[in-house]
Order: sequence, then C-alpha cells, then structure tokens
Amino acid sequence: MNASNPLVVVQELKKYFPVTRGLILQRRVGFVRAVDGVSFTIQAGETLGMVGESGCGKTTVGRTMLGLYPATSGSVVIDGDDILHSRGRDVLKIRRKAQMIFQDPYASLNPRWTVNSIVGEPMRVHKLFASDKERLERAKELLRLVGLSSHLLNRFPHEFSGGQRQRIGIARALASNPSFIVCDEPISALDVSIQAQVVNLLEELQDQFGLTYLFIAHDLSMVRHICDRVLVLYLGVMVELADRNELYEKPLHPYTQALLSAVPIPDPRKDRARKRTILTGDVPSPLNPPSGCRFHTRCPIAMDICTSVVPEWREAAPHHWVACHAVTTSA
Amino acid sequence: MSTSLLQVSDLRTRFQTPEGTVHAVNGISFHINEGETVAVVGESGCGKSVSMMSLLRLIPTPPGEIYAGTAIYRNDDLLKKSEQEMEDIRGKEIAMIFQDPMTSLNPVLTVGRQLTESLRVHLGHTQEQAEKRAVELLEQVGIPDAARRVQDFPHQFSGGMRQRVMIAMALSCAPSLLIADEPTTALDVTIQAQIVELVARLRESLHMAIIWITHDLGVVAGMADRVIVMYAGYIVEEADVQDVYDNPSHPYTLALLGALPRVDRRRDQRLKSIPGAPPNLLVEPRGCPFAPRCEFVIEKCRAENPPLLHVGKNHSSACWVDVKTGVPR
Repeated sequence: MNASNPLVVVQELKKYFPVTRGLILQRRVGFVRAVDGVSFTIQAGETLGMVGESGCGKTTVGRTMLGLYPATSGSVVIDGDDILHSRGRDVLKIRRKAQMIFQDPYASLNPRWTVNSIVGEPMRVHKLFASDKERLERAKELLRLVGLSSHLLNRFPHEFSGGQRQRIGIARALASNPSFIVCDEPISALDVSIQAQVVNLLEELQDQFGLTYLFIAHDLSMVRHICDRVLVLYLGVMVELADRNELYEKPLHPYTQALLSAVPIPDPRKDRARKRTILTGDVPSPLNPPSGCRFHTRCPIAMDICTSVVPEWREAAPHHWVACHAVTTSA
Repeated sequence: MSTSLLQVSDLRTRFQTPEGTVHAVNGISFHINEGETVAVVGESGCGKSVSMMSLLRLIPTPPGEIYAGTAIYRNDDLLKKSEQEMEDIRGKEIAMIFQDPMTSLNPVLTVGRQLTESLRVHLGHTQEQAEKRAVELLEQVGIPDAARRVQDFPHQFSGGMRQRVMIAMALSCAPSLLIADEPTTALDVTIQAQIVELVARLRESLHMAIIWITHDLGVVAGMADRVIVMYAGYIVEEADVQDVYDNPSHPYTLALLGALPRVDRRRDQRLKSIPGAPPNLLVEPRGCPFAPRCEFVIEKCRAENPPLLHVGKNHSSACWVDVKTGVPR
C-alpha cells in the first residue's frame, strides 16, 4: 500500500491534558501526555486499525483528529482540509465529511430524543435538506440501511437493545454522507453474537459507499479480521505499523509480540501449545512516561540504550514500520 | 479427579418484576468434581451468573426466588441451609470473585482491613495473625511490595491489581470451590493473561475446583477441563473442552464459534453472524428457545424443547438435529 491517495493525513499529532492542583487558584503541575507525536495516513476506502492497552491514547487520537479535543500541536488533513486549523464554517464543512461511532451505545444516544431526532440531527446541522419531509425520507432510508425497520423512527433509545442502539449510532454517523468514520470500540460493549452482526454491517456499508475507517479496538482478533493495516500505540507513541497479515505473522516490536501472544485462541490444543510472553505490571503513568523507549520498563529484551535513547521510527521491511532498538533492518 | 464436589439438579430461579415473571434459570443440572475447572459460557441474560449466585443463595428475595432444585455440596443441600449456615459456607468453602473489582471492594476500607475480616470471622485469627496472613496472601497473588500495599485503599490499585486483591480475598480461607464471574472481562488482554496464569497456578497449588463464568470462548480454551454452554436459562451443551471446539453439537455453540474472528488465521470470509437477538425471558418459550435464530430448525423444535441428549463420551447437547448431518436425531 503506497501513499498514492491518502484521504486522511495525520502529522506529529500531540495532545497534552494539563494536570492542575488547587480549587480556586489552579496551578498547572504537569501534563498527561496522552498523545505524543503520532503520524499516519489512511488511504481512501481503507480500514486502519489502532490497538494498544487502555491508557495508550487510542481514543484520544480519534477524538483529537475530529476536533472533539483541541490538539496541542500537529495537523490532521481530511480530504484536503486541515481540521485543526479551521474555524467556524470550515469546521462544520469538515465535520460533515468525518463522523464518529462511539463505544457505548447507551451513553452516546440522547435518551429524550426519538430515533428520528437523533438520526436527523446531522442533516439539520448541516442543512442537507430543505424540508422536513425530505429529511424524514432520508432518516427512513438510513434506518433500512443499518437493518432496522423504518417504522421505529418515533421510538426512544431505551426501547432498543445494545446492538440495535449501535445500529442507530451508525445511522447517525452516515446521515451527513461522510467519507471518513472513526469507529471507537464500536463493538466492545456488545454480546458476541451481536458483534459479528455489527462488524458485517460496517463492512457492507464500506463496500457500498467506499467509506474509510479508523477502527479503534482492543480486540486484536477482530482487528485482524476487519482492518487492512494496523497501528500499535503504547503510551501515546507509535511502536509498530504494518499490513495486517505482516503484523500478525511477523510482529517485530516486543510489545506487539506480547500483545498478540496474550490473545486467547479458541482452540484448546493450539492455545495450550504455544509459548506466551506475559508482560509484567501495568502501563506506566502518562504523566511521567519512562525515558528513552517508553516500553523499556516492561520489555523482556530491554538493553541499556533503551533507557536513554528514544528509538527511531523506521521502515524495517517494506511498509512495515517499527520503533525499537532491537530490530535490525531486514532485507 | 473423580470425587464429586457439587451436584446440581433441576435448579430453577425466577424473578417477579412489574412486567411479569422473568424465567432466568429453567432447570439446569450439572456436577463439578474436586480440583476440576468448568467453564460456563453464554451471552448476557443467559442465566449463567444467576445460576451461580443461586448456589450461594445470593439472589435477593424478593424479587428473586429459587423455586426448585437441589445443590448437593459434600452431601448437604445448599438450597436447604439456613442463612446462618450459608454464612459459614460462603468464603470458607465456596468463594466468588466478580467482574468489576471496584464495585465489589469497599472503597473506604484499606484492602488489609477487608482481607483480615474473613480471616477473623471464618478462621478465628487474631488481628495480628490475620494481618501477617494478609500480607502473605497479597504476595501469593503477585502484588509487589505487599507489606506496604496492604495499607492502601482500593482506588490506589490498577484494575488488574484490584482483581488480584479480590482473588487474594477469595483464597484467604482456602475454599474448595472458586466461582469466578467474568473476572477478566473488564481487563486488557495483557492483564487478562496475567490473571489467567495466576488462577491456573493457584489451582494447582491449592487443588481447588473452579467454575469460570465467561462469554469468551477464547479464554475458556486455554484453561477449562469441561465447558457448559447456556442459552436462555437452559444448558444447551456440555462436553470436555477439546470436544466443544472439535465437535460442537448445538447450533448455538456452532454459531458462537463461527462468529469469533481468529487472531492466528488469515481472514477468509465475512464472520458468520447469528441473526436476531437473545430471547425475551419474560415469555416462557414454547419449544427450543434458540429455534427463532437457528439455521437447522425443524418443525419439532417449535413444539417441544429438547432435553440434553447424549451425543458422545461426556458430551451432551439439547438439540433435535445432528448438526453435522442436518438430520433429526
């Protein structure tokens, strides 16, 4: 996959959250460096997966990219428009093209609104239709697209199951005809049998409308299934990026290797036979990340250099990028 | 491994709600041997947690009601015991750990205080003995710097460490049976691997039987001896662990496995999704509860709920159809 036609270009994106102390005279005592220099591109029609443990900055990247958090620095260009350096109407224009599907289908729908109001809101905000009638027709069409019956338009979110609510969330995201959708853990709150339904729906919609996805998830099996390329984050920085089969079959970074070896395989013989790298401890605090390579405190093969020098982000094999001192460039 | 520890027969639990009666557990029977690990698998609302809570008599009554069945634990029926007798059993004989350790730990007491409580109550330790033992337990579950950490409050621990504290508490009285209710669901996969390894190690050293409740057929593969699959308050399949993955014999088990992407394989096709949604437990189903979502459904399924039928060695399935051939049994 080369950089011929990127729809999304993220460069040196940083997001620091200030940490303050004191109730009235708030003093800034430090920063949580949630995202600390992340750069990647997504091709039109591609699904890029973003994985890592909780606290590694996945969600913050997704939200900052759409301007839901103001970025500390960096740039995000979606279909030619720089979202972080736009103001007013321009932001609105970009938001029409870039939408989000949220993790929690219970918290992300307003319980006092009917499905019609929820799905119709993006159309109202972006003034997509002149009349209510047209908007209603479009809302019905969207519901059918996501596999819900159009006579449910006047119901409220509490009348639906988790999987159905996630479908409503998807319909809302599609309402403004976006080209790019950030899917932030869209299936992790759902039952197994419902997860497959929602994932298949996302794939069908992608085929139908040529959508581009950033798929944020912690379920590495599902990421392998749905994504074309996968980016691994650790404590706000990128550690590895490769095509899915390359990454899952030849992971280079010890963090990626440990993540993959922790995923259970639904086959007792295979699961019990393989060798595991079990990481010790938890992700360190992003308030005060470790020096050098941020992973060195948990890395099974850490060397002296890892504690002081930040490893370079480089292409170790064609289209396979990694930041690790232990990886020598292969042919 | 063959001494039976717990024998449950025809357990039934229901809840009276303003909308009507919820039939949560509809006559399940199973056994567990000493030192054995049994996984109970199913989606939310299938009755897996309610049935285990029923065994420990932790069902709030009303609205809940265990209205039939027996649960013979070492020759005594748990369901006939008084509340006082149950208090001696909970924690001491049968311990339970839960999905979210933050809500099961008391936020205003130090973990040391919470750990020593059961030691004093159940084992009659003095405060001093109990404190010493609490530190040992925290070390046993792999909490670094245990002597200092014992004075910390739950919020000072990470999710994985909190789950370790819960496990230490559950193990404090050396129970013969540990019921683990989705203990790793809220954790990252790296931390899940740590917890699974820890439980496996403790099981060996303490020779403890484990009931592991989960919705994840992946985790089960690595650790269970036997698997029970539940749907709508019924056991629909039961088999030795390898058999479940090699010869799934109930359409629901088959569908669950088909809906699972594999980290170790290249993608070949779309996931097989299960149509429809889990059943509404307010209406008592006529026939097989899975029939509305089942691809093998025949006329008989809608009229009569199949009992658990023997389909192989240690393997039973509640289905009228042989899923391999598609022919009625």
